[in-house]
Amino acid sequence: MALVRTFTLPHYEQYPVQIALFKNLKNTSYIRSQLLEANPDFDYAFLDAEMILSPTHLLTATFLSLHAILTARQKTRTPHSELVFRLSPNNNIGESYKKFGLGPHTTNLIAVKYPLTSKQADSVAPNEHKVWDDDGSVTNQSVSEHLGRVVEGECVKIGEEGWELGAVCDVERVRKAYKVNGGGGKKGKKGAADGDDDKKDERKELESVILGIMTLKGS
Amino acid sequence: MAEPSPAPPIEPPPTPKTSRPIHTLPPPFSHDKLVPITQGAEALVYKTTFLTPNTPVVVKYRPPKPYRHPTLDKRLTKQRLLAEARSLVRCRKEGIKVPAVLGADWDEGWLVLEYVEGDTVRRVLDGWAHDVEEAKKSGDGSDGVKEREEAMLDLMTRVGREVAKLHELGVCHGDLTTSNLMLRQEDKAQTEDCAQPPLPSGDIYLIDFGLTTASIQEEDKAVDLYVLERAFAATHPAAEPLFQEVLRAYGESSKSAKGVLRKLEGVRMRGRKRSMLG
Ligand SMILES: Nc1ncnc2c1ncn2[C@@H]1O[C@H](COP(=O)(O)OP(=O)(O)OP(=O)(O)O)[C@@H](O)[C@H]1O
Repeated sequence: MALVRTFTLPHYEQYPVQIALFKNLKNTSYIRSQLLEANPDFDYAFLDAEMILSPTHLLTATFLSLHAILTARQKTRTPHSELVFRLSPNNNIGESYKKFGLGPHTTNLIAVKYPLTSKQADSVAPNEHKVWDDDGSVTNQSVSEHLGRVVEGECVKIGEEGWELGAVCDVERVRKAYKVNGGGGKKGKKGAADGDDDKKDERKELESVILGIMTLKGS
Repeated sequence: MAEPSPAPPIEPPPTPKTSRPIHTLPPPFSHDKLVPITQGAEALVYKTTFLTPNTPVVVKYRPPKPYRHPTLDKRLTKQRLLAEARSLVRCRKEGIKVPAVLGADWDEGWLVLEYVEGDTVRRVLDGWAHDVEEAKKSGDGSDGVKEREEAMLDLMTRVGREVAKLHELGVCHGDLTTSNLMLRQEDKAQTEDCAQPPLPSGDIYLIDFGLTTASIQEEDKAVDLYVLERAFAATHPAAEPLFQEVLRAYGESSKSAKGVLRKLEGVRMRGRKRSMLG
C-alpha cells in the first residue's frame, strides 16, 4: 500500500484529488513504458517532484486544470494531461511533459489522480470537448492499493498541509522553467545572514510569481 | 399647417437575458462560501478560501453589464481583468508589494488574489485622526501620542517609497487613493489584546490595479500623486503634514522622482482651475 493523501479543494469539494510522493524511484522505465503504451491502468498525472515548488504550486495547477475540464474548456485530451499542461508556462504540451512529467531520469515522483471518467470514446473530434463525470471508483484506498503495487520506490507520507510535496524541489530548475530571476523580485544586497528565513521568503516570493504566470498562461 | 408628428418615444433597450442573476458568481463559486467585502460599481469583492481550507483569498468578480451587448461586454471584461492581472504579476515579479494572482477565469469574469490581512491606509488615517482629536480634547500630550505620530510618519515614508518603486518600473496605478493602499498586519494575535491602539507597523501593499497603465510619462505619475494628495486632504486637516512626508520619501527614492514632483505643481493648478469651474 502506498501512502496517499486526499486533497479537497475549496469550491471543488466534490472532486477530491489523490496525491502520492515517491523518493528513490526504482522502476522509472517500467512506468514510462506503460505510459507510452497508454495502459489505461496508468491513468495518472506522473510528475517530476523536483519541479514542484510547494503544495500551493501543485494545487493551483490542479484547480486550474479541474476548472478547465469541468467547464469544458480544456486544451488537452485528458484531465491528467491537462494538469501537466497547466503547470507549464508555455502552450506546447510536449514541452510541458518534458519539463514537468516523468522523465527517463526522474527519481522523485508525484502521482496525481482525479476522480473523473468519460463515457465518450476517445474518438471525439479534436476540437470537441469531452464531458467528464465523477468517478466514484477512485478512492484513497483504490489509489493506495494500485500505486503500492506498480511503483517501486520509497513512499513518503504527506501531511495535512502537504509540505512534503515541495521538499525535493530543485528550485533553480523551477526558476529557469518559469524564467523568474533573482528572489522573485529585485532583492537588495544579500548579507552574510542568508538564513533559513530568507530562503523561505525567497521561495514564497518565487511561488507567488509562478502562480500568476500559470494563471496568465494562454491568455 | 400640420404639426410634424412627434418622434416616437425612445424605448429603453430590453434587458438581455443572462443565464443567472447578475450578482451571482459563476461556478464553482457558491455564495454560502463567499463573504462580501465591497460591492463597487465595477466589481464585487468577496473573501473566501482557495486551494486549502485555511488559505484566505479575495475573489474579484466583474458581473456582466446588462446595458452592453453581451459579446462586447465579455470582451471588455476579459480585457480589463487581464490588464489587472498582468500588471499585478509584473509588479510582483519586480518585487513590488501587491497581492499575488492565484487564479482567474477571463471569460467568466473573476480573478482570485492573495488576501492581504490588515487595514487600508484610509482606515489607519481615520483612526489616527480620531485619536488626535480625542487627545486634543483631553489635553493629553503624552509620549504615547508622540510615539504614534512617529510611527505614522514612518508609515508615510514607506508609502512614498512603494509608490516610487512602482513608478520606477514605468507603471502608473491609475486610482491611487488611500483605500487602495493597505497596511499588512502579519501577527494579528499579537496586537489584538493590547489596551493601546496598535502602532501602524507592517508592509505597505498596493491593491486594485483595475485602472493601471504602463507609462513613463512624468505627467501620469504626477497625477497618481495628485490623486493620493486629494485622498489625504479629504481625510482630515491633520493628515496634511503626513502627506508631505510621502512626497519627501518619494522624492528621495529615485532620480526621476524629482521631475515628477515638479510636474505635480502644474497638475495641482489645473486641478484647482477645474474645480473652480465646477
Ligand atoms: N487582496 C486584498 N486583500 C484584502 N482586501 C482586499 C484585497 N483586494 C481588495 N480588498 C478590499 O476590497 C476593497 C475593494 O477592492 P478593489 O479596490 O480591488 O475593488 P474595486 O471594485 O475595483 O474598488 P473601487 O470601487 O474602489 O475601484 C478594498 O478597498 C479592500 O478593502
